[in-house]
Amino acid sequence: MYSQYFPLARAVLAAVIVAWSIPAHADTHAVSQAKKAFAISVLKAKVGDTIVFRNDDEFAHNVFSLSDTQSFDLGSYKKGEERTVKLTAPGTIEVECAIHPEMKMKIEVAK
Amino acid sequence: MPAITSSRRISHALVILLAFVCTATVIAAQTDPWLRPDQAPAPSDNLPNSARIELGQMLFFDPRLSRKANMSCASCHNPALGWSDGLPTATGFEMKTLARATPTILNTAFNPIQMWDGRKSTLEDQALGPIAAGGEMNMPLPELVERLKSIHGYAAKFENAYPGQGINETTVARAIASFERTVLSTESPFDRWRMGDEQAVSESAKRGFELFTGKANCAICHSGYNFTDNGFHNIGVKNSDPANPDVGRFAQKPLKSMRGAFKTPTLRDIALTAPYMRNGAYNTLMEVVEHYDRGGDDKDNLSINIVPLHLNAQEKADLVAFMESLTGAPRMVNVPALPH
Repeated sequence: MYSQYFPLARAVLAAVIVAWSIPAHADTHAVSQAKKAFAISVLKAKVGDTIVFRNDDEFAHNVFSLSDTQSFDLGSYKKGEERTVKLTAPGTIEVECAIHPEMKMKIEVAK
Repeated sequence: MPAITSSRRISHALVILLAFVCTATVIAAQTDPWLRPDQAPAPSDNLPNSARIELGQMLFFDPRLSRKANMSCASCHNPALGWSDGLPTATGFEMKTLARATPTILNTAFNPIQMWDGRKSTLEDQALGPIAAGGEMNMPLPELVERLKSIHGYAAKFENAYPGQGINETTVARAIASFERTVLSTESPFDRWRMGDEQAVSESAKRGFELFTGKANCAICHSGYNFTDNGFHNIGVKNSDPANPDVGRFAQKPLKSMRGAFKTPTLRDIALTAPYMRNGAYNTLMEVVEHYDRGGDDKDNLSINIVPLHLNAQEKADLVAFMESLTGAPRMVNVPALPH
């Protein structure tokens, strides 16, 4: 007598499985570099998010990380230009500007 | 009586005026980013005092800190030569010519990162580097400590400076750093101008400062009272040995933009520290200005900050006049008698 509900149950189960397998919605975080500083000292994000670094100073900046969690070098770029990086692993990423070593920030990446 | 009253009023007015001028000058010095702070910062575990500075000064001038007992810190960082050596590049162990110019130690107390390639962070870290470096003073640090312990006069000096801590690598480094923190720039014509004395510098120097912070773009790196951003830039200086280019900061940070990049040096007392650039490429400040005007020479991995400036002859002369105004009055330095 419950056989009429089997297709619905299967559909619900399938939806749950699909939802479980799709990562949470990825966000984009904008980080300005101005007055020789990152606009934020600690950024909380998650795997799959994208960070957009924007140079708002009159001179070149760089963004890099040599962290075990994720390493990258986004190169040097002028005022008004942007560089992006997608977060690929959970953990803490220490980010610096190679040109100005006093410029530092951290990204705490959740799963 | 009226005459006395009037005289008193004038005196009071002069006192008030003098107090106002002094206060205004102090406020200007505290708020103007181009004026040096009075005090150099020091770490909490090595606050300076007279005993530490005296000991550090002795160590700084003592050639026995080198393996052959023939080179002191002051051999390269000579106070009579702007705390540098007047050579294109330094002379090291057994008179070997080294690859880089001796940087002045003037105002290094304010720098959060030391050396041309930034491989040391604090003055305490830096102090032992050249002593132990094989190409420089070439003195193994354990041997250094034993040698200093064998010089009886040092025992009391160390005890006064660092009670109960003995003679060891840490106390040697701390004492030298304490002395280096006293090597500060003196008031320059530029400083007096910033504090309100319009006659302190020439009109050419004033125009030069406008160019420095404007069209010539110098201040994007040579910024603030110490005229450095403590940053690293490849400014396109020709390598002395093109077959073996000096990679600079890249050796510490293996990032593309750091290949051929070096730390921005201070411009304080710049008239005293020729030759210029990290390999002594230029003998005059005009040659330095010409370098930047043509946008550097070696374009390999050149900083995007470096572009041709299209300065005319007057503008170049103005920049030189401005930089010369950054040199302070000579300071007498006592060369200490060393312990035996």
